[in-house]
Formats: sequence, structure tokens, C-alpha cells
Amino acid sequence: MHPALFFIFGGIALAGAINLLVQRAPIYSALSLVAVMGALAVLFLLLGAEFIAFIQIIVYAGAIMVLFVFVIMLLNADVPEPTRRSKVAQAIGYPVMALLLVELAGFFAAAFGATPVRTGGYLVQVAAVGQALFHEFLLPFEVTSVLFLVGVTGAVLLAARREERHGAAPRATRVHAGVPTRAMAEALSVPPNAMGGAVIEPAPQPESEPAHARAQGDGR
Amino acid sequence: MIPLSYYLILSAILFCIGVAGFFFKRDIVSIFISIELMLNGVNLAFVAFSHALHSISGNLFVFFVMVVAAAEAAVGLAIIIAVVRARQTLNVDRMDLMKL
Repeated sequence: MHPALFFIFGGIALAGAINLLVQRAPIYSALSLVAVMGALAVLFLLLGAEFIAFIQIIVYAGAIMVLFVFVIMLLNADVPEPTRRSKVAQAIGYPVMALLLVELAGFFAAAFGATPVRTGGYLVQVAAVGQALFHEFLLPFEVTSVLFLVGVTGAVLLAARREERHGAAPRATRVHAGVPTRAMAEALSVPPNAMGGAVIEPAPQPESEPAHARAQGDGR
Repeated sequence: MIPLSYYLILSAILFCIGVAGFFFKRDIVSIFISIELMLNGVNLAFVAFSHALHSISGNLFVFFVMVVAAAEAAVGLAIIIAVVRARQTLNVDRMDLMKL
């Protein structure tokens, strides 16, 4: 049972990886990578790593690849035009890659060819992972939270448009300019008539809001 | 029952295909996808060794690799968006300056 499952899902992973390499449009490469990740999750289950297998599906194939697909759609990424350097890279690169692969595979076959892998006899996986994560790996685990904080802040800062970053003040006033209630004007600590229009009390007529907002925008 | 070397050779193949994609792809998003494939190949080797050595540490290393890959994807894709917005191209041959 184990060899059959290994060869089926290993073959799927291999086919997905080769498809990733030969496809030219990025969206097909991303979808091939999702197939590779799914097949690898089955191989992780065969090796007894349940926690890693499900994290692979949920985080990798679910979250990270959705981010990739969003960015591909956002940038409208299509087949790139070929350039001269890519031909040179392919002519030199494929033999070198094949050489590296033969070296690695030869080493692995020589060193670990006799070590058998069986199904069954696994460690108590999820509980053991939790125990190790919160005892001996506690400091790296906490440091990853700092890493994520820095990553999120950096991603928002990098992906923000430049003109919005420099012109933050007019945008903020425009958000508030729709219905300037007296409480809002007091919170902004400006006199009520300084927002460029009549200050209306709460419970206004809602259908006059767009015209009101437009008049305020012109007054700015 | 199959030898451990099968898993390791599959991992090496995935890693080498990732390296090849990193070198040969011309658009920046495909290069990033190839890096993710390399990380997946290494993860398979970690899990295979973890199983063969009866140690839990390999699984935890894979966990941390995934964490770093998630942060890397967020920051890297934000950088890609910023660069593509400034250069109007995805081709890495036309991105030869680090300044935006």
C-alpha cells in the first residue's frame, strides 16, 4: 500500500513541478504549485506528519497561494516577451541542473538506500509537536510573532500608493466630510462651521447626503 | 516498504526543478513561485528525515519554514506590486536597478 501511494502522489508532485517549469503564464505555474502542495501533503501523511500535512493544505495551499493568485490577477500577469539572455540561460542551465540532480540523487541513493520507511509506528504527532513547540522551541515561536508583525507592517507600507502616503491629510478630511455632526466636529476640535458647510444635527434626511458631500468637496 | 532514498531523491528533483525555474523564468511572479517549490522540496526532506530518525525536530523545522515562507510571500508580493507599479513591466531583465 505504501509504495503504491508513494509512486502515485510522488508522480503527481513530479508532473506538477515539471508543468510549473514549462508553463509560461504565471497563473498556470501557480495552479501547478497547488497540485504539488496537495500531493506533498499526502506524502507527509504517509510519513506520519499529520500536523505538517494539514498545515501544508491550510496555510500553504490555502493562504499563501491565494495571495499569489490575487497578485497575479491584480498585476494582470501574462506571458512575458522572450529576451536574448533567457536563451543563453537555458543553453547553459539545463545541463548544470541535470548534473546537480545526478550528484544529489547519487549521494542519497548511496547513503540512505538501505534505510526503510514503513507506515505505522509513528510518534504521537500533534501532541508531541505542541509539547516541543512550547517548551524547547518557545523562543523561536515567539520571535516568529515579531517577524509577522514586521512583515505585515512592511507589506502595507510597501504596497501603499505613494501619493496616498504623502497626501494623507486631505484624504482623512474627505472621509469625515460626508455628514459632519456636531460630535464629530467637536472630536476634531475645530469650530463647527470650519468644515465648509452647514453642520447638520443627527437624524438628517439621507437622500441629500451625496449632494451635500459634493458641495463640501467643491468647497475644499 | 520503500527506502528513504526515494523520498530524498523526489525532494532533490523538486528542489532542482525549483532552481531551474528560478534561473530560467523571466517574469518575477514565476520566479517567486519557483522559490516556493524549492522550499517545498526541502520540507519533504525534513519530514522524511524526521520520520527515519524518530525525531520531532524535523517537523518543527518545517513549521518554521512555512512561517517564514508566509511572511516572505507577504513582503515579497508587496515589493513586486510596488516595483511593477513603478516600472510597468514584470520582466526581470528590465528591472536592473534596486531603486523604485
